Amino acid sequence: MENQKRVKDFADQYGPEHVVVIIGAAEGEAAGLAAETVTAGDPTFAGPLTGVSLGLCVYHICEDAVKNEVDDDVYDEQVSMMEMVLDVDEIVREMDAIRSQYCKY
Amino acid sequence: MNSVLKGSSFVLVHSPDMLVHSGTTQTTERIVNPSSEYLSKLPKYLRSFDDVVAYLPNQVYIGSKTPDDLAAAGSTWYDKPLKGANRFGPFGEIMPQDEFYMLMQACDAFDLVRLEKAFSDDVKVRFEKHPLVDEHLLAMVSDGIDIGDIMKVVNEEHAEGIYHDDKLVGYVKKAHDIDINLSAHVIFENLASKASCTLALMHLIKVTGISKNSVEYVIDCSEEACGDMNQRGGGNMAKAAAEIAGLSGASGADIRAFCAAPAHAVIHAAALVASGTYDNVVVAAGGSTAKLGMNGKDHVKKELPVMEDVMGGFAVLISKNDGKSPEILSAFTGKHSVGSGSSPQAVITALVTDPLDKMGLKIADIDKYSPEMQNPDLTKPAGAGDVPLANYKMIAALGVKRGELDRTDINAFTEKHGMIGWAPTQGHIPSGIPYLGFARNEMMSGNIERSMIIGKGSLFLGRMTNLFDGVSFIVQKNGGARPASDAVSEDTIKRLIAQSMRELAASMGVE
Amino acid sequence: MGKFDGKKVVIIGDRDGIPGPAIEECMKTTGADVVFSSTECFV
Repeated sequence: MENQKRVKDFADQYGPEHVVVIIGAAEGEAAGLAAETVTAGDPTFAGPLTGVSLGLCVYHICEDAVKNEVDDDVYDEQVSMMEMVLDVDEIVREMDAIRSQYCKY
Repeated sequence: MNSVLKGSSFVLVHSPDMLVHSGTTQTTERIVNPSSEYLSKLPKYLRSFDDVVAYLPNQVYIGSKTPDDLAAAGSTWYDKPLKGANRFGPFGEIMPQDEFYMLMQACDAFDLVRLEKAFSDDVKVRFEKHPLVDEHLLAMVSDGIDIGDIMKVVNEEHAEGIYHDDKLVGYVKKAHDIDINLSAHVIFENLASKASCTLALMHLIKVTGISKNSVEYVIDCSEEACGDMNQRGGGNMAKAAAEIAGLSGASGADIRAFCAAPAHAVIHAAALVASGTYDNVVVAAGGSTAKLGMNGKDHVKKELPVMEDVMGGFAVLISKNDGKSPEILSAFTGKHSVGSGSSPQAVITALVTDPLDKMGLKIADIDKYSPEMQNPDLTKPAGAGDVPLANYKMIAALGVKRGELDRTDINAFTEKHGMIGWAPTQGHIPSGIPYLGFARNEMMSGNIERSMIIGKGSLFLGRMTNLFDGVSFIVQKNGGARPASDAVSEDTIKRLIAQSMRELAASMGVE
Repeated sequence: MGKFDGKKVVIIGDRDGIPGPAIEECMKTTGADVVFSSTECFV
């Protein structure tokens, strides 16, 4: 909830087109939920983003679109082991679905 | 000499009304969204005491069933109630909420808790028959009072109501007029923790057969803070619980380190015993009312019972080496240091492979890993995944990176060296410790050689540091009384010798 | 010029997935400006 407030404040401060949200969720569903919150609004109706459609650009750190931008050695050290642990395909599917529906930038 | 794992107890407390009234997911919802659909639907999704006793993961927690039984019963258990399940098991019990309220009242040393007369009279009949309730404890139970008096204190003095079957049956009063650290809410939370810790201590005495006077030191590793406004986490839940449990020869102190605290506490206790400071140290923890129903919204949304309806507790006795019980290897612990880094591979390296490297062992030389043993029945529907499985995959993935395992071996590794989680999501409760009961049994009967217990903690939740935390320790079949530095197995020594011979040969080759 | 050059990045890590600080290390190498990093905990 505190995170939702921060995201909203940053979107106001910098302009939503300049803000990118990167998430690290362990599961496709949780990734989708976080992505939906910062694009379409809080689907659980609990936080400050309830009914607020920011439409922010959002990625999971394991998606190629992000991975390709990160220094290879740093990615290898920080994230690569988790690619063997997480269901990356499912996460990418969820993220794609949310982005194509709600992302404005 | 290494200390040994002499025995452990595990208790659960059915807490449906505490879930509704004290769980933070629910208390927050009542503030933010008082007329929410969730709050109105919630009561329909609460489980009865019989449901909770018949729930397989709970039966594993108290030792009546094993982790293997859990694995054999499919991947969900809320839909497979056990027939003829008993509230008592070899490691402890599942206590019903009403009896627990009486225990909470007995644990109150400041006349802050009172129960309603009819309720109290009714519960006392069963409480008196509890096999571990003795005269000393019964003497601390106060007489019940009139419901009118209870309502008055709740309505006019900001007391927390004690509810059972959705009815007001008592109160917990605030202990100070303006100090929020002694508010009725905090006192309720702390007394619930103290009482469940006490229950675990009582069972530990029974499970291990140790005389109460022989326990010299108790370390409480729960997640609550007791103290007033001048020392908010001043503490000593350990000594408070030890007093009620009748451990008159014990002193104690609290260790706090989020969910990793129990593993930290065992390492401390093992060192206290190995050093000769004390012969018998107990590590114990009570449960958390705040975490009850933490993921309730997801459970209700998915039409599942709200399964985070039990508080957990445990107690572990660590004693001087008896030449039989499993040893705790004080010289080979793992720790996540300030400079370790927070990436999952850095964390697993610090906790798992650093101590193994020190011992000259490989990842597969640990028969069973017990990281955070959260029950996936609770976490999967909440989008938190299967936490133990993720930990096993991380250990295996690190093995792949180190060339000890093939990528195709990951699943086989997790099955062989892992277990399915059975612990309630009570923060510190799942953190490795719930396997200790089984680990001792398996090592005493020669089925396994060694196990690694891994505690992890999210320090960033306290907003003092962004650091992650964790520690690990190895429990190993007793090799007969030997000096601590000698506590590695024979094949390890052979491997170490072979390794140094190879290195010597290699260095000679270079010359 | 990278895709994230000059972008204001907000990180919502997961204790049981990729934690915030690990994502932060990665994003620092992309030319993005990390303005906030947090880690969630569901258990």
